[in-house]
Amino acid sequence: MLTLSAEEREIASGARGEGTGMALRIVAETARLMGAPRLIPVASAHIDGALYHGDSGTLFAEKLVEGGARVAVRATLNVGTLTPAGCAKIRLPAHERDMAGRMMRAYEAMGCEPTWTCAPYQAGHRPAPGSDVAWGESNAVVFCNSVLGARTNRYGDFLDIACAIIGRAPDYGLHRSENRVATLLIDAGGLSPALRASDVFYPVLGAILGRAAGNAVAVIDGLRGCTSEDRLKALGASAASAGGVGLFHVAGVTPEAPDAATALGHVAPRETLVLTPDMVQDALARLSTAGPTERIDAVAIGSPHLSLAEIDEVERRLDGRRLSAPLYANTGRHVAGPLAQGGRRAALEAQGVIFVIDTCVVVGPIMPEIEGAVLMTNSGKFAHYAPGNTGYAVTYGSLAECVESAVAGRLVREPRAWS
Amino acid sequence: MVLNAEILIPGEPASGRCLALDAPISFWGGVDPRSGAIIDARHPQRGESVAGTVLALPGTIGSSSASAVLLELVHAGRAPAALLLDEPDAILLLGLIVAREMGWPTPPALRLPAARQAALGGRRLLISVTGEITPDQP
Repeated sequence: MLTLSAEEREIASGARGEGTGMALRIVAETARLMGAPRLIPVASAHIDGALYHGDSGTLFAEKLVEGGARVAVRATLNVGTLTPAGCAKIRLPAHERDMAGRMMRAYEAMGCEPTWTCAPYQAGHRPAPGSDVAWGESNAVVFCNSVLGARTNRYGDFLDIACAIIGRAPDYGLHRSENRVATLLIDAGGLSPALRASDVFYPVLGAILGRAAGNAVAVIDGLRGCTSEDRLKALGASAASAGGVGLFHVAGVTPEAPDAATALGHVAPRETLVLTPDMVQDALARLSTAGPTERIDAVAIGSPHLSLAEIDEVERRLDGRRLSAPLYANTGRHVAGPLAQGGRRAALEAQGVIFVIDTCVVVGPIMPEIEGAVLMTNSGKFAHYAPGNTGYAVTYGSLAECVESAVAGRLVREPRAWS
Repeated sequence: MVLNAEILIPGEPASGRCLALDAPISFWGGVDPRSGAIIDARHPQRGESVAGTVLALPGTIGSSSASAVLLELVHAGRAPAALLLDEPDAILLLGLIVAREMGWPTPPALRLPAARQAALGGRRLLISVTGEITPDQP
């Protein structure tokens, strides 16, 4: 049974402006539906609601602006539909382009930071461990919970901005300690150290985690000393697109899992999954949909958005060579800014890299429509969404394979043991 | 026969033919926000339209943009006349909560266990403001 404070009831009645009142009523109604007893303060928000799906979302955001609503806490913005700071062309009819632009401006008018990235945690927005926040965008949610140890549910469109405006969120789900305890144990210790220490393994592991865990919380054992921040980012993004994962633990690595037993709350796991090379092969095979073909029409990297370290690696591997197939590098302005200095961005563009800034190739019509086209990617999330959203079949591979394939204009594989 | 269902989101009295889905659906990517047609290639009822129906959902797959699709259907006049859900889904129902705040006509949502939904498929249902579901006599 939800109880609102006197102050919250006053805000809901519109005493502090109609926009703030509307935001509070939306949060309170959600709290009632989900059985939350109260609202709790949140320290920040990450807003995924500024992506255009139709005119109604624009009208909603503009109604909040007209009602005088402003965010009460730090609020970063996820990718938008347009690319104000980028150079990739977007094929969008005039009406949709206009409404998408109005929507982006409305969110900025409410005081949201124009970060326009799905990796806000690498753009300087890193909530303190144990703090409550209201974050949207599935990969950002899972990173925030798992790697940073802050607490958020999966905030959907409309609720994210409403929480940011009132600085409060419903107290249920992953905000509560008892729901953050793992019930599933995944043991990766039987796989080779070389595989566990390779970038290309983590999206595959994420696909296994997403399917095995669904909405449950898992702890993965056997990765101590094998992970990096970008590997955990890739793992979480893949898991959150294959299943409803909002939180995972890695024993000895993530903040709530000094060891597996602690992450499990010192209770035996409800289920244990011991990873075998067969399981890895099966998950790897499912990430590709293109079948046995050498055809590559384009390469896309950067879901979640590329970090500067990831672009350094592309630059190193490319080593001045020109591309035969376009390589779409999706990233945020937090990376594009530093990259422009010293002419690094221009040099990469001259080699054939197409930067997609503030948005990404699976949320809008950016890549050309080509019959039977094949996209190569090192991202588990792109592998999941590209076939449905872009019409491109997908071939999954490592970053090195992506770069070599873009140079050659056809699929290039490197030898690797998937065991 | 009259069924009593818990009201999740209240609304005006509603009526329509019951479309009882055979499988859970993700509204984002599963329902066309402009027409209400089911477009998920893997869904057994692909091609049917949810517009104007009493839509019975045995489960939902939680894309965080499901709410945006449902709001867009309401705005386009292509929403279901009412929703019957096995359990409350915060993300989907946000579409109705926001529609009500926008002052748009909002279909009611009621809670009805999946096991009781299937028998209603294809029948014309009347839904009262107090949550009574009355099927037309076959």
